[in-house]
Amino acid sequence: MEDYYSTEREFKKHHVTEVNKSVLEVLDTVMDPEIPVLSILDLGIVREVRVQDGKVDIAITPTYTGCPAMHLIEMEIRAAMAQSGLEANVKTVLSPAWTTDWMREGALEKLSQYGIAPPGRIASMQHADTATPKRIECPQCTSSNTEVISEFGSTACKALYRCLDCREPFDYFKCH
Amino acid sequence: MSIGIERVEYVLHLADNALILGQRLGEWCGHGPVLEQDIAMTNIALDYIGRARMLYQYAAGICSPESTEDQLAFMRNEWEYRNLLLVERPNGDFAHTVARQFFLEAFQMDYFKALQHSGDATLSAIAEKSIKETAYHFKWASEWVIRLGDGTEISHHRMQEAVDALWPFTGELFCEAPCESWMRKSFDCPDPAAMRSGWSARLQSVFAAAGLEIPTGNWMQEGGKTGRHTEHMGYILAEMQYMQRAYPGMEW
Repeated sequence: MEDYYSTEREFKKHHVTEVNKSVLEVLDTVMDPEIPVLSILDLGIVREVRVQDGKVDIAITPTYTGCPAMHLIEMEIRAAMAQSGLEANVKTVLSPAWTTDWMREGALEKLSQYGIAPPGRIASMQHADTATPKRIECPQCTSSNTEVISEFGSTACKALYRCLDCREPFDYFKCH
Repeated sequence: MSIGIERVEYVLHLADNALILGQRLGEWCGHGPVLEQDIAMTNIALDYIGRARMLYQYAAGICSPESTEDQLAFMRNEWEYRNLLLVERPNGDFAHTVARQFFLEAFQMDYFKALQHSGDATLSAIAEKSIKETAYHFKWASEWVIRLGDGTEISHHRMQEAVDALWPFTGELFCEAPCESWMRKSFDCPDPAAMRSGWSARLQSVFAAAGLEIPTGNWMQEGGKTGRHTEHMGYILAEMQYMQRAYPGMEW
């Protein structure tokens, strides 16, 4: 399981207590409806998985409190588990609060390729409140000559930026 | 653990603040001064509605077996709402919306940090979740206070006018209602009066950068926390509750 969350130091304290590899493989096929290149494991929102007697208890945590995708994600988890013959009970936990630092390393690369500038690691920054890395690279041309248009973008988790070199606007996945 | 009526009232106070402000910000949907700010305000509204849902779900669970999140949000009468008068103030022009947001976020910056240490585990978890969102909201509001205050003659004038108009509704932030006092004694919830110094410091630094004057009036209007609302409240509820009143229990 360490492979799944190698970037999250607190992982062992809070996460999966009983691991079933095939369950995790199924969870890795449940994609974020807004960012379909990321699975819910990429996002780091799966907090707990317990398998017992053909039933699986899954705890997920919201990225943002008002994220409308959470309800859909819950339904998709149940559907994906049902296809594997497992009955899933999905519950939401709030604490500890989700942070972009829980996103898998590979997820950042996937975001970038999808055209969304990935968040920096907050753990390596000084001001965690609304942490923004000094330089955000344009996912189109990799220039660091970029500026923010709005801190609130097309979804709760993204800000809107523009590249001053290639002039393309792009989404930046905010540190949270 | 004791489940006092005070706790229900306290949770409803926080929930009603979030719902009513979320509804107000949602009124800007499609009417923002520019597309990016239209999106920003509705994004913030979404955070508030999400927070309201978590709080109403909690309140419904400790209230009575038959109460539900929707019933608490949509089927109560105006004197049963416990939100601050500040959040029910009409949107006015963009400056009024910005000022309202700024006054509240400047308060919530410390409030949720303190609430995180409450002995009520659910409130603590919701506060923890709200801290980061509040930081973004506060940043947004501060930047606009500065941009408008330090902008053109007209934008400066209108920003100052909005600040002056909303000023009498800021006193209520710091008045401790009976349910807050009970929750402070029983569950270490924050004393709102203790937020004043942090709030004033934020005002001073942002208003100085914006070239705005902090109003000096001492006369303050309160009542929302105990259910005495302004005329505007009825109109918000009429719009917000219409569907549930006309078609009870309806779902999308």
